[in-house]
Amino acid sequence: MNNQALTQFLLHVGDSQLILSHRLSEWCGHAPELEIDIALSNIGLDLLGQSRTVLSLAGQIEGLGRDEDKMAFLRTEREYRNLLLCEQPNGDFAQTIVRQWLMDQYHVLLLDALSQSSHLDIAAFGVKSLKEAKYHLRFSQAWMERLSLGTDEAHQKVQQALNELWRFTAELFELTTDEQALVDSGVLPKLNFLKDEWSAQIESELARFNLTLPEIGAYRRGAKQGVHTEHLGYILAELQYMQRAYPNMNW
Amino acid sequence: MRLIPQVTDACWQALNQVHDPEVPVLTVLDLGMIRGVDINADNEIVVRLTPTYSGCPATDMLKDEITNTFTERGLTPVKVVIDLSEAWTTDWMSEAGKQKLQEYGIAPPQGDSHSCGTHVALTDGVTCPHCRSQKTQLISEFGSTACKAFYKCLDCLEPFDYFKCI
Repeated sequence: MNNQALTQFLLHVGDSQLILSHRLSEWCGHAPELEIDIALSNIGLDLLGQSRTVLSLAGQIEGLGRDEDKMAFLRTEREYRNLLLCEQPNGDFAQTIVRQWLMDQYHVLLLDALSQSSHLDIAAFGVKSLKEAKYHLRFSQAWMERLSLGTDEAHQKVQQALNELWRFTAELFELTTDEQALVDSGVLPKLNFLKDEWSAQIESELARFNLTLPEIGAYRRGAKQGVHTEHLGYILAELQYMQRAYPNMNW
Repeated sequence: MRLIPQVTDACWQALNQVHDPEVPVLTVLDLGMIRGVDINADNEIVVRLTPTYSGCPATDMLKDEITNTFTERGLTPVKVVIDLSEAWTTDWMSEAGKQKLQEYGIAPPQGDSHSCGTHVALTDGVTCPHCRSQKTQLISEFGSTACKAFYKCLDCLEPFDYFKCI
């Protein structure tokens, strides 16, 4: 088994959850209603917990003594492997919901697939996280429906958010050559096949919501090369401040 | 390896004293969070704990609490490990636990994970833990902790938490 490739893949999954969780936590105390505030914080907390599991696992498989905290707090921007979609700013409520819905649809398919892994720890992580992801999807899906079929203004804002974020969806489910070897050995499921399923689901839901697929296709990539948009640096500056300022500090 | 029966009993009795900090009426046994208690090659007592939700902040506290309770009772050395081999489900919650929840004012999970898991939308009509009316309304799918949703009763007008079925 190629441990380095597997470590990188797990970092890709865990970093995406960690960064999305951080973005959601920015809504705490600012959401339009108390119930939404609590919902977004709860979803962020689930994602944080999931990322802790998978970053710990990445550290164990890597075998260099890095635990979840070292992974989260002591890697630089270029070492982060999260999807570019996760690091995009919250924008207005519509933009947060569209980002969340695209990610929830992705997570449900990804985690369901990982739950079939021949690697028992990865499969266990998939089974547990899938339950939570399905619950998240219900929330974002309901808000997509409510906003896009609601007032003209809400509909317009959802469409705008979709137009803005769509270009970052190109890299979902992409596999590197090294990762493809892990698929062949059964450690990773056939993730690249899921992209078509994801696209079909998204397109049929968009039609139901009277939303149009953005004209400019998806094209931005960089997660697995650590090439990020300008936003990740600011997130890490905040996320890693304490550990950088006071090395080895503990709560 | 297995522990000798007297020690095993003492361990389970100790676990029955460890309460969830967020739902203090329930112990880790009521919640069905303990997968087993064994002894390893280094003669350590190993408690295998399954977290309820991935992000539940109580998990770290419970690990410490179990260690402290065992240590106070001379059940040492003890090690608490997180066991993710099976995903936690409310099906593992004990009947006594569900009863205690109800008396505490939290509606226990109604049904099992197959009939009402996270793939099924929450509906109105969860039995009110205060007046037992079924005329209740879902307010929010997310409540004060990850494990709960928020409802209100249309008869006694009290708001209440529902421990979600997963």
